[in-house]
Parts: sequence; C-alpha cells; structure tokens
Amino acid sequence: MSLIMPVFAVTIIVFGLVRRVPVFEAFLTGAREGAQTLLRIAPTILALIFAVGLLKSSGAVAVINRALAPAANAVGFPAEVVPMALLRPVSGSGSSALLMTVLQDYGPDSFAGRVASVLAGSSETTFFATTMYFGSVGVKKIRHTLLAAIAADVTAMLVSAATVRLFFG
Amino acid sequence: MLNYIWSFLVVFSFVCAALLGNTEALSKAFVDSAADAVQLLLTLAGVICLWSGLMKIAEKSGLTNLAARLFAPLLRRLFPRLDKNSAALEAITMNITANLLGLGNTATPPGLKAMRELHALNGNSDTASDEMVLFVVMNTASLQLLPATLGALRQSTGSAAPFEILVPVWISSACALAVALSLALAGNHLKRRSLCPSSCPSLR
Repeated sequence: MSLIMPVFAVTIIVFGLVRRVPVFEAFLTGAREGAQTLLRIAPTILALIFAVGLLKSSGAVAVINRALAPAANAVGFPAEVVPMALLRPVSGSGSSALLMTVLQDYGPDSFAGRVASVLAGSSETTFFATTMYFGSVGVKKIRHTLLAAIAADVTAMLVSAATVRLFFG
Repeated sequence: MLNYIWSFLVVFSFVCAALLGNTEALSKAFVDSAADAVQLLLTLAGVICLWSGLMKIAEKSGLTNLAARLFAPLLRRLFPRLDKNSAALEAITMNITANLLGLGNTATPPGLKAMRELHALNGNSDTASDEMVLFVVMNTASLQLLPATLGALRQSTGSAAPFEILVPVWISSACALAVALSLALAGNHLKRRSLCPSSCPSLR
C-alpha cells in the first residue's frame, strides 16, 4: 500500500514519455493550476480555521460533543467527528479544515482520526455540487436529487465508522 | 448558507467562552488560528500542486481518455436513453472519469457541459430530467481511487500508514454511491419523465 503513490506517479510519467508529451512542461502547467486552486480556497480555509479555533478554545466543542455524544454513540459514530460530518455537505475546504483539526487533536491513527479520513474520502460537498450543476442551466425543480444525495452522505457516515471498526478493531 | 453557519460558530464560541470563563483562551485563538490556517495551506499547497502537475501529464498523454473509454460501457448502461455517441454521454464519461481519478478541477467543465446537453435534450424545461438527477447524484457521491490530498494530510499529521484507510474509503464510497444510485433510479422509476417532452430529433 505504501508504494501506491510512487507507482501511480511513475506510471503517469513513463506513459507520458512513451506518448511523447513534454512531461516537464505539462507538469508545470498543472502545478500552476494547482496553485491557483489553492489561492482560491485559501480565504475559506482561513475563515473556517478561525471559527474552529474559537470553537475549541472557548470550550464550545466540548459542549457540542457532550450534546451529540448520545446520538453519535447510538450509531457507533465518534462524536469528535460529528462537526466535520455536518459541515462536509456544505463546504469542501471548510471540512478539510475540520479534518485537519481532528487529525491534529486526536492523531491520524486514532479511531476518530481514521473515521474522519474515511468520511472525507467517501463523501462530497453535496449542496455545492447540486447548486452548481442545476444552477448552471437554471433547473429549479430538482425532484429527488437531494434526497438521494443526502442518503448517500448518511450512508458514508455510518459505513466509515463501521469499516474502520472492521479493519482496525 | 455559510454566512449563517460561520457567524453562528463565531458567536456561539464567544457565548460559550463568556459562560465557561475561557475568554483568555479565546483571545489567544484569534492569533493562533491564523497561523494554523497558514500551516494547513502549506501542507495542502505541496500536494495539490504536485498532483495537479502529474495529472496534467496524464491528461496530455491521453491516459485520462484511455480510462474514460474503460468506464464508457458502464455509464452507457446507466444512461440507456442517451445515444452512445451523443455529446451528453461523452461529457458525462469525462466528468465521471476525472472524478474517479481525483481531478476535481478537470471534472467541472465537462460536468457543466453534460448539464447543458441534458438540459437541451430535456427541452430546456425547469424540471430536472431522470438523467440529470442521476448525473448530479453521482457527482455528490465521491468515488475516488486515490485520495492523494487525504493521504498527504494524514502523513503531515504523523500517521504511521497514511494510506491504510484506502480500502475502507473504497468500501464506504461504493456503499454511498450504491445508495445514491438506487434512490435516484427508484425515484426515476416511480415518476418517469420523458427525456424530451416535445418531438426531439436527437433521440435514437
């Protein structure tokens, strides 16, 4: 598993060479686009990290966790990850900020850290994607789209906790 | 929506700090959080630029197209009413492939194009067609083969095995996608809408 990234990267580069792509220039073009993406999400990240910083230092996180713990425990979901799960469908960079907070505070290899990781990898910013795609063509009646999308988010939440328990005991 | 969520978080924190007597920690967080954000951005900067660069090579060398050809038959089954050579199905295939490879930015333009094509096929109605529901739902469920950014975030916070979560991620995404697709298809089945209300020549 640890080789997966290097193997993937080398495959891409070798395939590019075989197809006679100017790989270095292509890389630079892509990396530049990446930098632009980063600049675009930077203000959101800053805003959300700020809010999360306030939440933690004020003791609000502890209050929220205590309130949510019974419901979260009932379905086997770590209460520490609930704030991230709630923000996930709304804001991608916002939930990245919360993911980072969970990884830092509880450790990436803790139960909460693993569940947060799996959830981040298996869910999307539902409301953003729905609004963007339907908004782009002016469709207003989206029928059962949100129902199906939210059901998928809830499924990802439940299954992420279940798989982490299954794989890591 | 974030207007309310964000303001609520800030105000709620202030109230909690006042009630719990954590005001000193709160003022410290004002300064620290900005520095924390920069640290997170630096972690993200490296991995986002690196992978955007690598995936650009994959795109230019036709590797992405090759992958798209692999997924095309599957998608044809999900959208049986679209002509297999239609611009709509081609855009859908490119969008889903890009998402699968973790190319969020590359996925958006063909995604928007797919919506335009489906919208035209739908007679520019303001009600979503079956195909639109299915397509958007697939975009709200994440199916990503190699979550590079996630791995990098885990590594930077000291994970012993950043990618050990890979198989759970696949299982969890597959379950979420299965639920999303089933509900979308069931909903479509319950109240079938014709792809094109009036006479529409682009249908087979």
